[in-house]
Amino acid sequence: MNQPRIDTSPKVSDEVRRTTCYMCACRCGINVHMKDGRVAYIEGNRDHPVNKGVLCAKGSAGIMQVNAPSRLRAPLKRVGPRGSGAFEEISWDEALDLAVSWLKPIRDTAPEKLAFFTGRDQSQSFTGWWAQQFGTPNFAAHGGFCSVNMAAAGIYTMGGAFWEFGQPDWDHTKLFILFGVAEDHDSNPIKMGIGEIKARGARVVGVNPIRSGYNAVADDWLGITPGTDGLLILSLVHLLLKAGKVDLDYLARFTNAPVLVNGDPKSPEHGLFLRDDDGKELVMDRASGKLAPFDQPGVRPDLAARHRRAGITHRTVFQHMAERYLDDRYAPEAVAGETGIPAKKIRALAAEIARVAFDEAITLEREWTDFRGETHKVMTGRPVSFHAMRGISAHSNGFQTARALHVLQILLGSVETPGGFRFKPPYPKPATAHPKPHCKATPGAPLDGPHLGYVQGPDDLCLTADGSPVRIDKAYTWENPMSAHGLMHMVISNAHAGDPYRIDTLFMYMANMSWNSSMNTGGVMQMLTDTDDNGDYVIPRIIYSDAYSSEMVAYADLILPDTTYLERHDCISLLDRPICEADAAADAIRWPVVQPDRDVRGFQSVLLDLGARLGLPGMVDEGGAAKYADYADYIVNHERKPGIGPLAGWRTGGDGRGAPNPRQIDRYIENGGFWVSHIPDAAAYYKPWNAAYQDWAVKLGLFDSPQPYLFQLYVEPLRRFQLAAEGHGERQPPEHLRERIKATLDPLPIWYAPFEDGHADPVEYPIHALTQRPMAMYHSWGTQNAWLRQLHGVNPLYLPTKLWQAHGFADGDWAQVSSVHGTITVPVAHMAALNENTVWTWNAIGKRKGAWALDENAPEARKGFLLNHLIHELLPARGDGLRWSNSDPVTGQAAWFDLRVKIEKVPPPDRSQPAYPPIKSPVGQGPGTLAWKVGE
Amino acid sequence: MHPAPSIILFTTLSGLGFGLLAFLGLGMPGSTGWVAFAFFAIAYALAGGGLVASTFHLGHPERALKAFTQWRSSWLSREAWTSTATLTVMGLYAIGRVFFDADWQVLGWLGAALAVVTVACTAMIYASLRAVPRWYNWLTPVHFLTLSAAGGALLAGQVTIATPLLALAAAVQMAIWMHGDGALARSGTTLASATGLQGGTVRAFEPPHTGTNYLLREMVHVVGRKHATRLRAIALILGYGLPILLLLLPFNHWLGLLAVLTHVLGILASRWLFFAQAEHVVGLYYGKR
Amino acid sequence: MTTLPQSTDRKLGLVIDLDTCVGCHACVISCKGWNTENYGAPLSDTDAYGANPSGTFLNRVHSYEVQPPEGTAQLVHFPKSCLHCENAPCVTVCPTGASYKRVEDGIVLVNESDCIGCGLCAWACPYGARELDAVEQVMKKCTLCVDRIYNENLPEEDREPACVRTCPAGARHFGDLGDPESDVSQLVAARGGVDLMAEQGTQPVNKYLPPRPRDRLDDVDVLAPYLEPVTTGPQGFLGWLDRALDALPGGKE
Ligand SMILES: Nc1nc2c(c(=O)[nH]1)N[C@H]1C(S)=C(S)[C@@H](COP(=O)(O)OP(=O)(O)OC[C@H]3O[C@@H](n4cnc5c(=O)[nH]c(N)nc54)[C@H](O)[C@@H]3O)O[C@H]1N2
Ligand SMILES: Nc1nc2c(c(=O)[nH]1)N[C@H]1C(S)=C(S)[C@@H](COP(=O)(O)OP(=O)(O)OC[C@H]3O[C@@H](n4cnc5c(=O)[nH]c(N)nc54)[C@H](O)[C@@H]3O)O[C@H]1N2
Ligand code: SF4
Ligand code: SF4
Ligand code: SF4
Ligand code: SF4
Ligand code: SF4
Ligand SMILES: [Mo]
Repeated sequence: MNQPRIDTSPKVSDEVRRTTCYMCACRCGINVHMKDGRVAYIEGNRDHPVNKGVLCAKGSAGIMQVNAPSRLRAPLKRVGPRGSGAFEEISWDEALDLAVSWLKPIRDTAPEKLAFFTGRDQSQSFTGWWAQQFGTPNFAAHGGFCSVNMAAAGIYTMGGAFWEFGQPDWDHTKLFILFGVAEDHDSNPIKMGIGEIKARGARVVGVNPIRSGYNAVADDWLGITPGTDGLLILSLVHLLLKAGKVDLDYLARFTNAPVLVNGDPKSPEHGLFLRDDDGKELVMDRASGKLAPFDQPGVRPDLAARHRRAGITHRTVFQHMAERYLDDRYAPEAVAGETGIPAKKIRALAAEIARVAFDEAITLEREWTDFRGETHKVMTGRPVSFHAMRGISAHSNGFQTARALHVLQILLGSVETPGGFRFKPPYPKPATAHPKPHCKATPGAPLDGPHLGYVQGPDDLCLTADGSPVRIDKAYTWENPMSAHGLMHMVISNAHAGDPYRIDTLFMYMANMSWNSSMNTGGVMQMLTDTDDNGDYVIPRIIYSDAYSSEMVAYADLILPDTTYLERHDCISLLDRPICEADAAADAIRWPVVQPDRDVRGFQSVLLDLGARLGLPGMVDEGGAAKYADYADYIVNHERKPGIGPLAGWRTGGDGRGAPNPRQIDRYIENGGFWVSHIPDAAAYYKPWNAAYQDWAVKLGLFDSPQPYLFQLYVEPLRRFQLAAEGHGERQPPEHLRERIKATLDPLPIWYAPFEDGHADPVEYPIHALTQRPMAMYHSWGTQNAWLRQLHGVNPLYLPTKLWQAHGFADGDWAQVSSVHGTITVPVAHMAALNENTVWTWNAIGKRKGAWALDENAPEARKGFLLNHLIHELLPARGDGLRWSNSDPVTGQAAWFDLRVKIEKVPPPDRSQPAYPPIKSPVGQGPGTLAWKVGE
Repeated sequence: MHPAPSIILFTTLSGLGFGLLAFLGLGMPGSTGWVAFAFFAIAYALAGGGLVASTFHLGHPERALKAFTQWRSSWLSREAWTSTATLTVMGLYAIGRVFFDADWQVLGWLGAALAVVTVACTAMIYASLRAVPRWYNWLTPVHFLTLSAAGGALLAGQVTIATPLLALAAAVQMAIWMHGDGALARSGTTLASATGLQGGTVRAFEPPHTGTNYLLREMVHVVGRKHATRLRAIALILGYGLPILLLLLPFNHWLGLLAVLTHVLGILASRWLFFAQAEHVVGLYYGKR
Repeated sequence: MTTLPQSTDRKLGLVIDLDTCVGCHACVISCKGWNTENYGAPLSDTDAYGANPSGTFLNRVHSYEVQPPEGTAQLVHFPKSCLHCENAPCVTVCPTGASYKRVEDGIVLVNESDCIGCGLCAWACPYGARELDAVEQVMKKCTLCVDRIYNENLPEEDREPACVRTCPAGARHFGDLGDPESDVSQLVAARGGVDLMAEQGTQPVNKYLPPRPRDRLDDVDVLAPYLEPVTTGPQGFLGWLDRALDALPGGKE
């Protein structure tokens, strides 16, 4: 047969440039294939610690992101009214002069009048430092509306959380239980991990109201009622405790379970730990029967100890736990109704956990020495691992729910043991090793320290002398004392309300606040355009940096156009949110693999330029000249502490610590854009207590001296806030918050119903409404991508069979969906594998007409919609004269998923509602047909 | 299947044209000179026009000659050959009739046979597609052949033959509809077999893309039940009933012409249904049929 | 050359694991990227930023729900590209010979310079694995990355299809299904791999591994002993705790 001869070995590219993906915070390594100096094809980097060669849809579609017609082209100055989208292009000098003319007077007189908030910023250690040098207390990134519950609960409990802080021991785990995750930041590693463990025959259990994605491949699915995971978890704790299926040895050695709690109800220290003169928590030594500091060499902490002193019995944390959780209110039968999970299934899950943890325990023959100096021959693992994300954290009970999950893992002894959950450097790092928040602003001077941190009690709150909030977002106040990431979602509404004060300039970076990243989207647009009696904008000035023509661009006065991710230097630093693995520390860079073809500049470089023009300390030399030429220069030469800089690899004198190395960036590029340093085998587990790990971490510069600690099953700082609410101490909460603080800031995990339940009538609004991230889209950015938008161009609201049938819906129907706050009209579709009281849709598909260089009739703008119109940053009024915030009372995390709605079938409108008028596109509209090969 | 106008026109017209050619080849009518010229002109216009129309459907009509290469396996390639052969042979035969007043019978019979084979090849293009159960069936060639025969007879003015042929074609038409309505179900291809998924009822949840694509445009066309019934009635009445009635009336050229016209209209409707009602099994993947 | 080869030396194809595919569309996009830049004409998109975007893709991921008679419904993500059928109807219908099945490895390809864009092969394919490119007007289909799997300009480990290389969940496998000893054949045997639409007689080379049985936690009886209470009531629990602590290594001497 004569079949055509084809070239099976065509040239693939001229050159491969290796850098780091930016389509999400996973930050995979990519090989960018170049032809004729242009990007031709992007694939995963096999050597990269994060993705090991694989790449997700967004990463593979990067070429359409770099070439997107929505890219901004030059600095823009607003010429029409805010929100119209009318701009003129200006030069960079004009733009920077304008910015300086706004910012300089603020810095000299009242630095807090600048609110600088960044979105999913991957350079937060730098932007935070900039804000600190400027001197405003008003800085945070997006964590407050994203997942601070997960982060803070993890750090307060065990010195790290899931998310980017740690991962399951994929190589050894035998049972993997996933709570409320659709995609997460660790996007490729989770998929790789699930694939790996399934190939091994290990089991995956998904707890999620919706059975798609990871939950679809889960061997078992628990279609839980939203907001009730805490109950389910505490019921598991109840069953495991009752059956004695907890790791007593682990609890006694590595957690505060044996620490004695002050049992004197009259004491101002009631509920705090008994401590020695050095402030060390006291345990009872089982061998000697005497009190001893927890870390005393040779001590055998007694979980069952009682200590009588002056007629008062002090008991261990573990006894408090047993007392609380053995109670029948946590019995499966008692929680089945609320959680929607049959008691039988809860028992089955608990039994399966017990079986795998204790019958299938694994041991690694690795000797290690703990912080008390005791050497262990082997590492024993309880191969049950967990992972959770916003499904449990984006509720108003999310902090306590996340705490409950961490406590469950710790009870099993499956944290930092083989087959369980493992931290990634620089974690573990307990709350006490983090800074406390700083908020003291002085005109013309830097802030007194880093903005964000971990409070230990009322003394650390950011309050003025009269008790009012220092920060514009009201972080670290009695409303949400442990708001470790700030509250970006409250900035615009507080600034608009002038509560606690008015600001002058709102400066934002990569956050689409007038659209998908705000609650109450319509309200935010209104606040951003609202004027006072003089006709001036209530928020006088808005500077914004975006790379694309997003909805937010239209609402700014000055736009600083950023480059795309392949056109700039970036630094994924150990000081920030690094790319480490449980077995290794790692960091990475991005570098300009192509040069911008527009008048745009990397935002970090612009920020340095701005800092130099403002004369900010650290950004100018003695002569007042700019200290750094650009961000690349900063990355290499900036030192946070002597020898510690943004990048840990290839420093002069070694990795981790050492003087700046002028060739550092070249070395990264040669190595594929990243640096990795492996943790020695003997240091790979038990990290918080493992002397070998502690030493390794000190050597690398993660901390300055070994700092072993105990896992905090009982979180003392929470108790300190309760004590204040009970009337102890100088700083006192306002009256209306006392009861709530007493009830919700419990030092042991509790469950309470999501707040919206108490504000919206659950009978009138019986349905839970959720969003999920589509794996192939990143928030709003995905839509400008010609390939990805074909996958998700519209988003129906998915209804479970019960509701589908009850309302007589058929394919193609539309529904009106109402919450206490608003109404939307949207297309519906049927999904059977769904909790019967839950509806959901894909997140951030709906677009404003005129944005993203799309046709005004794009399906995203016509049929796509946002659930955000139904969600408010405040809870509905309840007659107590107060508007309670729709946030977690501990951390202030936005409670996106507390939303309750009702549904009604309506005749199909011509487009989804509400529909806003188009904004004028500053970049025109994208081309019609795409058909190009770079190589031709 | 998408009822593309070019294909509907092609199959309808060329079916008629080749039918007419077959009759002409058999010497029915055995006219010569200008009359013959007129008949042949009509036949060529239909058959050739149909073929030309079919090239509108091609992405690269300039490469159409390549379609002759695969006669060993491809019915489309065979059709290319047989249609060209028919047109060539019948062209020679026509020359005899028109210019030389001659009836080169062997050529005529050969041409007629080729015309029949051409129609059969056209039909086999569809009948061989297992992915379209409604077509994958011996009734499809019978349908095409009886229709061509009846239409050809009608055009050739063979009233006595045309009437029973039309009746026969109508019967086949009804049979193919009735048979076709259950074809997908009988084919054994279901969403379950298409996905290999077992253990329950399989339902399409989310399509791979929210927009449309080539497959949906080309292969998935949903015809409303009411609409289909109405069109079937129209096809039956216009394509078969009325022509038969008109032929049964005392013969008159105008009535003959009218019969031809209604027949063509009816067959266009029938062909539209032939495509529009044909469910490609790929529709199952999209939860559509 | 549209007659099919009597037999092929190898039967290269994909094995897709429906048990682990999370439906992330990574394979869809890497396929789009590779094949836009490589074999034949680029895969075009029309109305790319408009009201009705539509493009050519060689691999698409569907999702299906399976509702068992009793119990909870399941969701299955289902990637689908050309199955490189042994008895490929798309090949035999092709009038021009543009469509052919390679003798050496069984890959079904379209020689674009011979393709007249008649669309018949797409009609013949029961799986919807062929798409006519709207701009180039030639038939496009999965090439099994024939320009990767033998490509000497790629490192050995990268000589596999783009979609396989990129799949984060490891749900796609590539190999010779004609060799019963190959990894893919072993996998198919072990996991009961199935043919799609076997009744169509196409004899697909690609195989699908069905999802493993789901929702079996409910067999609670075998697990019940694991939850046997150590005691009843909080007081009893302390007693148990004392005994259990004594039993620990280094407990009571
Ligand atoms: N592809 C892609 N990846 C992304 C992003 C993206 O936009 N696209 N965004 C990134 C960002 S910023 C973030 S914060 C992460 C978030 O990653 P995820 O935490 O995975 O966030 P969501 O997609 O919001 O998914 C929340 C999940 O929780 C479930 N859920 C909701 N309420 C409950 C509940 O009460 N209980 C339980 N058990 N489950 C519940 C929902 O059904 C959903 O599956 O993803 C990051 N990764
Ligand atoms: N209903 C609902 N709403 C939600 C959520 C939800 O689950 N449900 N999730 C919330 C969460 S967790 C998050 S994190 C937010 C996310 O919300 P946002 O952080 O607002 O997410 P994006 O839409 O990605 O917007 C980021 C902006 O960054 C711009 N950008 C992209 N690349 C660059 C770049 O290189 N440089 C610059 N300067 N700009 C760039 C984009 O164009 C876009 O305008 O959404 C929140 N909103
Ligand atoms: S998960 Fe995807 S988008 Fe995120 S960094 Fe990795 S490849 Fe890029
Ligand atoms: S899947 Fe379709 S295109 Fe591929 S070989 Fe089989 S019939 Fe042909
Ligand atoms: S479209 Fe091209 S490949 Fe397909 S049958 Fe026609 S000529 Fe052959
Ligand atoms: S083998 Fe290649 S062409 Fe085929 S689906 Fe995979 S990536 Fe696409
Ligand atoms: S890349 Fe893998 S997991 Fe993702 S859709 Fe494709 S086959 Fe499924
Ligand atoms: Mo987020």
